Amino acid sequence: MSFFSYFVSGISLGSIYALIALGYTMVYGIAKMLNFAHGDVIMIGGYVAFTAITTMQFPVWLSICISILACIILGVVIEKIAYKPLRNATPLAILITAIGVSYLLQNVALLIFGSAAKSFTSVVPKFSVELGGVSITGETIVTIAVAVLIVICLSIFINKTKSGRAMLAVSEDKGAAQLMGINVNSTISLTFAIGSGLAAVASVLLCSTYPQISPYTGAMPGIKAFTAAVFGGIGSIPGAMIGGVVLGIIESLSKAYISSELSDAIVFGVLIIVLLVRPTGLFGKKFNEKV
Amino acid sequence: MSKKIKSRNLDKYITYSFLILIFVISQLLVMTGVASNKFEGLLVPISVYVLLAVSLNLVVGFSGELSLGHAGFMCVGAYAGSLFSLLMQNVITVWWLRFPMAIIIGGLVAAVAGFLIGIPVLRLRGDYLAIVTLAFGEIIKNLFNNMYLAIDKNGVFFSMNASAYTKHAFDAATKQDLIKGAQGITGTPNDSNFVICFIVIMICVIALLNLIDSKTGRSIKAARDNRIAAEAMGIDVTKAKMTAFVIASFIAGMAGVLYSHNLRTLVASKFDYNLSILVLVFVVLGGMKNMRNVIIATIILYALPEALRALNDYRMLLYAIVLIVMMLLNNNDKFAAFKKKLSIKALIARFNTKGGVK
Repeated sequence: MSFFSYFVSGISLGSIYALIALGYTMVYGIAKMLNFAHGDVIMIGGYVAFTAITTMQFPVWLSICISILACIILGVVIEKIAYKPLRNATPLAILITAIGVSYLLQNVALLIFGSAAKSFTSVVPKFSVELGGVSITGETIVTIAVAVLIVICLSIFINKTKSGRAMLAVSEDKGAAQLMGINVNSTISLTFAIGSGLAAVASVLLCSTYPQISPYTGAMPGIKAFTAAVFGGIGSIPGAMIGGVVLGIIESLSKAYISSELSDAIVFGVLIIVLLVRPTGLFGKKFNEKV
Repeated sequence: MSKKIKSRNLDKYITYSFLILIFVISQLLVMTGVASNKFEGLLVPISVYVLLAVSLNLVVGFSGELSLGHAGFMCVGAYAGSLFSLLMQNVITVWWLRFPMAIIIGGLVAAVAGFLIGIPVLRLRGDYLAIVTLAFGEIIKNLFNNMYLAIDKNGVFFSMNASAYTKHAFDAATKQDLIKGAQGITGTPNDSNFVICFIVIMICVIALLNLIDSKTGRSIKAARDNRIAAEAMGIDVTKAKMTAFVIASFIAGMAGVLYSHNLRTLVASKFDYNLSILVLVFVVLGGMKNMRNVIIATIILYALPEALRALNDYRMLLYAIVLIVMMLLNNNDKFAAFKKKLSIKALIARFNTKGGVK
């Protein structure tokens, strides 16, 4: 394989990270919490799609819709049950709850589906394109195209529609937004719904590119996508996209040229360096602490 | 004021006697042969988890920072202690001399790791700190998983690359594998036993309980409650948090040595994110403040699923539910009022107002 093909597969992996990172960054921007369970929502989305396609023999488009719907419901329910009662609690309590939810989802999946990885049938029809002497798989092309499309749609939604601007207002100042007549609770629910829906899309793409699924599928991509969100600047949508792609390229190239076993360590090293050198990320805003 | 100090001292002695009582009971059970082999086998792992939980409690409960990489420090300690024992096996043949040295070396190496990692990590706060400690924990696990260390008569061989290890021309007669990548360390002498675990726990708990009430401990708590106010009062917040972090790493490292000397093979993949979360569950159920409650929670949560086979399949699920429910209840006003009514202090206060013991 040449440098170019590693580069392209890095962009494809990065696009998946970007979709997951969007969920993190929106929730962090609005609810000011790290939704640890986001990675496991991805895993659940993958299992729903797997069950629909392989067990129930549904057509692919219907399976994807079911998966998205299931994730949206799951995301909103998690927010209502676990996070909403803690809205005024200490950050430590919220974080521990989020870890608990993540652990719960993982173990429910473990009890239902078992720990062995199941092979996932790709949702993309088999085709490949020759580009510069390198053949690029259909999954790679579809992943990149879907990610770009979603980021464009999401940017338009947030900047142009009423509920999108309500999200911006809530992320800026929750109290002031409430005084302006914005329903903060439903805005937060909407954020969780969008983030979880994107997670379902990401899960289908992830499981198609790496054709298997296990209860731990979501954990690592989840943490890496959070890294991408921090890299791009928490709260920024183009930041999440660029952060995700850059991280995907770093991972793919370090797997190819340094060591495949140490690639995780390298990605985490990037996270640590970014947080220490520029904690606000590429596009993040800096807030001063007021007493 | 003096009354407060007295009650605090009383609380300490209750904790000490509670620990001694548990030790004596389990020793008696083992010696009389009432306890099964399985029970005996659980004593060292439970002790290791108790040490991990009390040390994490110092960071999470008293310093107020969520560390998700506690297993990493345990890993560093376990590897350092095992390497020492492996190398010194033929030099110091008396186990009761070698093992305490291994424990202290494991603790010290872990403390150094804690200090080095603490420098960047403690500049961050809240969620960022949590995710960076998680990242460091994963990096430590990853590094040890890919580490090859061996000696032969030509000297020491060290590599982070599996193919370099297989290609290297060793002198077969004198070759000794120390760390063999994902297969870890084999042949550590099984020096761990319950008595030495108990001694380590006792020393750590006495040290921790006294630390919490000392000047350093009060500044750790002040930095947790309000960082800015503590800084305004002249407390060096970073130093306070660093002290807690390094001490916790030291204890976790010692726990790692106790753990590794209880096993035939030590592999780095055991020290994953799930282990850190498991310890966090113990701390959370213990209420994140009181050391005694954390110890009780650890023993119950670890031993219960082992004792009830039916529960064992669901133990992880149980832990997850404990985390969520504890947090929801702790932040529920009605439950807080209910708990206050039930607490021993409230009962004593009610007793006192009725003209009982003064």
